[in-house]
Amino acid sequence: MDNGTINFLLAGVGGQGTLLASDILAEVGLHVGYDAKKSEVHGMAQRGGAVVSHVRWGKRVASPLCERGTVDYFVAQEMLESLRWLEYLRPGGTVVLSRQQLPPTSTVFGSDVYPNDDQVIAEVSKLAGKVLALDAIGVAEGLGNRRIANSVLLGALSSELDLDPEAWITVIESKVPQRHKEANRKAFLAGREGQWELLRNP
Amino acid sequence: MKSLMSGNEAIARGIWESGTEVATAYPGTPSTEILQNVRLYDDIYAEWSANEKVALDVAIGSAYAGRRSVAAMKHVGLNVASESLFYASYTGINAGLVIITADDPGLHSSQNEQDNRHYARFAKVPMLEPTDSQEAKDYILRAFELSEQFDTPVLVRTTTRTSHAKSVVALKDRQQVEKRPYVKNAPKYVMIPGYARLRHPVVEERMVKLAQWAEQTDLNTIEWGDRSLGIITSGIAYQYAREVFPQASILKLGMVWPLPSEKIREFASQVSRLIVVEELDPFIEENVRQLGLQVEGKSIFPLIDELTPERVRDAAIGANLLSGNGNGYKPSVGPLPRRPPVLCAGCGHRDVFWVLRKVKAAVNSDIGCYALGVLPPLDSTDTIGCMGASIGVAMGMRRGGLEKDNVAVIGDSTFFHAGLPALATAVYNNTPMVLIVVDNSTTGMTGHQGNPASGETLRGENISRIDIAAVSRSMGVKHVTEVDARDLDAMETAVRVAIKSGETAVVVAHTVCVFVTSHNRESYTVVTEDCNGCTLCYRIGCPAIYKSDILDAKTSRPKAWIDPKQCVGCGLCYDVCARQAIEPGAEKVVMV
Repeated sequence: MDNGTINFLLAGVGGQGTLLASDILAEVGLHVGYDAKKSEVHGMAQRGGAVVSHVRWGKRVASPLCERGTVDYFVAQEMLESLRWLEYLRPGGTVVLSRQQLPPTSTVFGSDVYPNDDQVIAEVSKLAGKVLALDAIGVAEGLGNRRIANSVLLGALSSELDLDPEAWITVIESKVPQRHKEANRKAFLAGREGQWELLRNP
Repeated sequence: MKSLMSGNEAIARGIWESGTEVATAYPGTPSTEILQNVRLYDDIYAEWSANEKVALDVAIGSAYAGRRSVAAMKHVGLNVASESLFYASYTGINAGLVIITADDPGLHSSQNEQDNRHYARFAKVPMLEPTDSQEAKDYILRAFELSEQFDTPVLVRTTTRTSHAKSVVALKDRQQVEKRPYVKNAPKYVMIPGYARLRHPVVEERMVKLAQWAEQTDLNTIEWGDRSLGIITSGIAYQYAREVFPQASILKLGMVWPLPSEKIREFASQVSRLIVVEELDPFIEENVRQLGLQVEGKSIFPLIDELTPERVRDAAIGANLLSGNGNGYKPSVGPLPRRPPVLCAGCGHRDVFWVLRKVKAAVNSDIGCYALGVLPPLDSTDTIGCMGASIGVAMGMRRGGLEKDNVAVIGDSTFFHAGLPALATAVYNNTPMVLIVVDNSTTGMTGHQGNPASGETLRGENISRIDIAAVSRSMGVKHVTEVDARDLDAMETAVRVAIKSGETAVVVAHTVCVFVTSHNRESYTVVTEDCNGCTLCYRIGCPAIYKSDILDAKTSRPKAWIDPKQCVGCGLCYDVCARQAIEPGAEKVVMV
């Protein structure tokens, strides 16, 4: 935390809903009284490329981008992507890690090697103070819809922030279609109430 | 009311609040969402024009006729529209005219990272540059006031970060703006040399008045702090400067052309060290130096690539303006597998590039999703320049004595954007040039906007598509073939016959965009016992095909696996598999 600003980073792969999840996170900040900014890039990133979104809450936020080494909460929607953006994490910061693996095509037709789970977790744990790992897709599928996985991740993230859960739920419900509201609420609560594994907590 | 908005959403809101009645654009990252959001307001006529020049001409005509008008485009779009910008600078307007240029430092989705602030000086028009979404909205209204006060088009420049970042915006109501009557005035609106000659002094006089106005306007503000360091900055760079130098004095330029010379001199005289923090070119820096002031800019901060707060901080540390170091993290894994954008699973362009790989002709390609055909494993593109360049470059390579066959590849939207004059040139000069139009009837890369070939306008009206094959024939192309690119044999034959014809030939390859149309099949599956891990299907570069954990007993190579969640049933893998180890998905029952 720098100048009273809370920095978040969300990283995933085009199609995983990184942008909507970060929209929700920015709106939650606004909802609870912070100034909030967020930034990501559209365009080519939609085509299965790496996607990263920065979200910042604070009294007055200047830059919409976080600096390397300043991110308090890093939500990685995919294992490899957690490593790609790890340098943004503040030493001792918190990582919410979805165990989903989406190997890029270069690991299929080329010689690139997708890192295994143990490698990823060991590397993330080197820098993170706390790692919440979860099978967000599995939890979401258990609730009947894999597309609500991001609400599971936001739920896990919310357990680390001292805010009224209703603030999160209100914003999530305002951003999803009526027929998916109930499922997203359940997914959020599943994530919040510990459908995750604490891998590191010094 | 307050709302979290992207810069583009805020600009759209500003367009609405300003009473604008006509807005035009050609889609292009990072500007596309401006018109998509303008469309949500029923009281504005909004259109996708075939290219940026047409968009600007329409907006200029509408402003002449008396309604506030906007044209929006990405930075390279203004190159296309530049000829219109220059005459509009001379004619001036009637009702206000605002032109939005969305630059792309860092080339997130562009072929270059040109700095369009130069256009303001070049075309002699004012330019405003917002630093966040609130200003993005407000500056549209300010730009209209300026436009009407000084009888000039006004440029508003954003960059990818201001276009796509979201921040808080306070909303207002729509202004009621009276339509201005159109009065015929040929010496003002007809730029024949005799009249244009008379307009040039008017333009120069306008610039003098605008420079005086720049001294007084609250668009340019000084935030006094510690006077040992003074920073001149604008746009998103202001936010980074504020972040990295919280104590410094800052001259924030909301209007980046013309610059307020006296205000800059005054600011410089009050600070011990003067620096400019700006993205891309030393535009402000060079102008400040011309005032005879001692200033640093690009000797500290990078000229290339988009700025970020850490790039600003690292540069400042390097110049002893700050002390500090990073978080000390050194990765112990890596290098990581890259994850560049890829053609979507089921993308019809993959069929075309698979065939072109086989044909082994040089490929002069163009701007659109199909540009991804250059990446491995398809790796079947030789040149890409700018919108429409494929055809001219392909003709040039023939005239220039290329030793092998070549084909031009262009998408449907790009064909109408800048392909038509090039095709006319080919026919006119009887150039043996093969053009493959990859027609998926949408403007894919920017997010599936309509175009003359798509059958739908920005306002959601269904219109009849302009038939690309018919257009080619009517332009005099004798060799025109239409083919379903999914039929690989037919596609290959069409391309080979076209090359052999030795004349101007057009192959319209109908392809599927999975966001818009469907293959109407369930996902395909690998018959694991028949797959021997030969890797052939890996070479189509489909993101739905993975190496499985199962190794072939003989070859020890991983057998293929198709992710049913990603596969949309195109069947290219089925077509390329030599062992019939892939099972087609069932045909989808289409509910009527």
